[in-house]
Amino acid sequence: MVDPVTEPAVPPPTPATELSSPKEAVGGWLQTLRTGDIGSLPIIIGLILIVIVFQSLNPTFLNAFNLVNLCLQIAALGIMATGITLVLMLGEIDLSIGSVSGLAAAVLLVTHVNHDYAPLLAVLVAVLVGTLVGLIQGSIFAKIGVPSFIVTLAGLLIWQGVQLRVLGEQGTINLPPAGTLVRWAQFSFVPRWLAITLAALAPLLYLLLSLLTRRRRAAAELPVIPLWLPIAVAVILLVLLQLVVAKLYLDRGVPWTFVFMVLVVVFFDWLLRRTAYGRKIFAVGGNIEAARRAGINVDWIRISVFALCSTLAAVSGVVAAMRLGFANQQSGSGETLINAIAAAVIGGTSLFGGRTRRYAPLLGALVIGSIANGLELLSLSSDVRLIVTGTVLLAAVVIDALVQRSRTSHGR
Amino acid sequence: MSGGREPILAMRGVSKRFGAVQALSDVDLDVYAGEVVALVGDNGAGKSTLVKAICGVSPPDTGTVTFAGREVRVESPHAAQELGIATVFQDLALCDNLDVVNNLFLGRELRRGASLDEVEMERRSGKLLRELAARIPSVRLPVASLSGGQRQTVAISRSLLGDPKVVLLDEPTAALGVAQTAQVLNLIERLRDRGLGVVLISHNMVDVRAVADRVVVLRLGRSNGEFRIHEVTNEQIIAAITGATQNVVSERVARLREQSAGDDPLAAGSAEGGA
Repeated sequence: MVDPVTEPAVPPPTPATELSSPKEAVGGWLQTLRTGDIGSLPIIIGLILIVIVFQSLNPTFLNAFNLVNLCLQIAALGIMATGITLVLMLGEIDLSIGSVSGLAAAVLLVTHVNHDYAPLLAVLVAVLVGTLVGLIQGSIFAKIGVPSFIVTLAGLLIWQGVQLRVLGEQGTINLPPAGTLVRWAQFSFVPRWLAITLAALAPLLYLLLSLLTRRRRAAAELPVIPLWLPIAVAVILLVLLQLVVAKLYLDRGVPWTFVFMVLVVVFFDWLLRRTAYGRKIFAVGGNIEAARRAGINVDWIRISVFALCSTLAAVSGVVAAMRLGFANQQSGSGETLINAIAAAVIGGTSLFGGRTRRYAPLLGALVIGSIANGLELLSLSSDVRLIVTGTVLLAAVVIDALVQRSRTSHGR
Repeated sequence: MSGGREPILAMRGVSKRFGAVQALSDVDLDVYAGEVVALVGDNGAGKSTLVKAICGVSPPDTGTVTFAGREVRVESPHAAQELGIATVFQDLALCDNLDVVNNLFLGRELRRGASLDEVEMERRSGKLLRELAARIPSVRLPVASLSGGQRQTVAISRSLLGDPKVVLLDEPTAALGVAQTAQVLNLIERLRDRGLGVVLISHNMVDVRAVADRVVVLRLGRSNGEFRIHEVTNEQIIAAITGATQNVVSERVARLREQSAGDDPLAAGSAEGGA
């Protein structure tokens, strides 16, 4: 019993380390790829199915006029979904985003129309109201420890009440039809030459960045992706974007609000995946105790994320009000909240925190926007619309829960 | 192997009380560079309390801590890390959703302009794990898909990034299979070979025998013996853990020894040999 030890302690074991073997490393990389980037494939397939179904039900679905409308419609949704994605990453929820967007719309209209604020100033005030709301809700959640569900449920009521108060007895306020704000959101389109150039530059930029990273990795003797992969992705992207642009310019073209939404999505994707701040959000969503021990200021992350989410909700409310040309007591109510959450979840953001796919808000907004748009074209009554939207959300959440369960059972 | 040198970490007369409970009384502990000290004892013997006292989670009430020849007061985990004392807790502080690189560098990410320097972090992670001969299939795998031993490897490797002098490991082999345990034990030896002082807390005599150079036994919050691993049998260690040596005969021997050493001021504080 004295020295028969299971493992002789002295000899340094195992000849080569698996890490240095390039074959294993590439295998590991492929595995990450399978669970990571290509994970968006099901959404894209789903999107294609939705398009096929609605196109066969109503042939106007895919015409240029309707596609431009779709772009206009999902700008606000995509921005709001970007915000809620950040909160979902923490494993929390913000139920107040619809009300906050409505409040921001009301503030925008009241300051601009009733108080003659300059357009930009009115937008700024409305957005800052959203930031303030987020700071308040985030602080109550992080510092006092009230569950985010409850804080934001109360917020849902409170901010809707404030919205009614701000609107006052008028109830509905219209924007001047030829005013700057309406022009920005409804009649501002990217010039055709610029759209074609941007649609060509984006894949090129992607290719350039991929090749630069590849070179740095090679210099550091790390496993690299095969050369054809970024080239293939760039080519596919180039063809796809040029086709879409060509189609959209049969009608009015690419709306600036849509470009703005895409930029917001891309920026926050970069923030989440490529910065230390984003890494902290992942960590807090993955294991809060580990995040704390790693020296991350969890309270600050929580408060700042709720502030960002509310800010984006306010931006979304502003964009929506500018497109519609008015704000009323119904602004931001109804399906607004549920659509944003559905978009984030369908895009691949887990309700359990810590996981999201690339560009989830954009892909999710495309899916939800297409469904809403298609149903509208079929001129179905709102009962069917509500049932379908609710079912889509439920399906997305069920899939998320099933994926989570299989992850736990497979240790992934 | 530690004879004649200054200990990197020396604790003298450390006591800690929680309300009515005297968790530690007058405990001494020396850790030398390049050795593994096993800290053993039954449940409630004060192992975890002692670790928390070392790593700054709950500083001791009385007693002195000398680190690298300088008397220090470790008031917070951060202060301990600054000194060069790294701790790997029993419940691994890893984020399942992040990959190995991101876990290793969590809270101390390398930047390149505004964004993260993933390439450099991955290179350094690979280098560190290779130096430790750690078996991780890929540093880009999420930690959730690793085995218990691999996760423990990541947790221990992570503590090394701060370039510590002393590493505290709290039950690193608990809940691990045989092969995984061997993997972690190999890693512990490699820490020692790098010249680190390692404090290993364990319940498992086999593991202790496999890697430790010295064994310090705690019993009911007191030092209850310190042994060189090659000069002691398992039975002796277990006897010290359970207190089986504390019978009338041994107490009498201890008392006589204390009396005869009464003139010697150096021996006055010795608590070794039982309560």
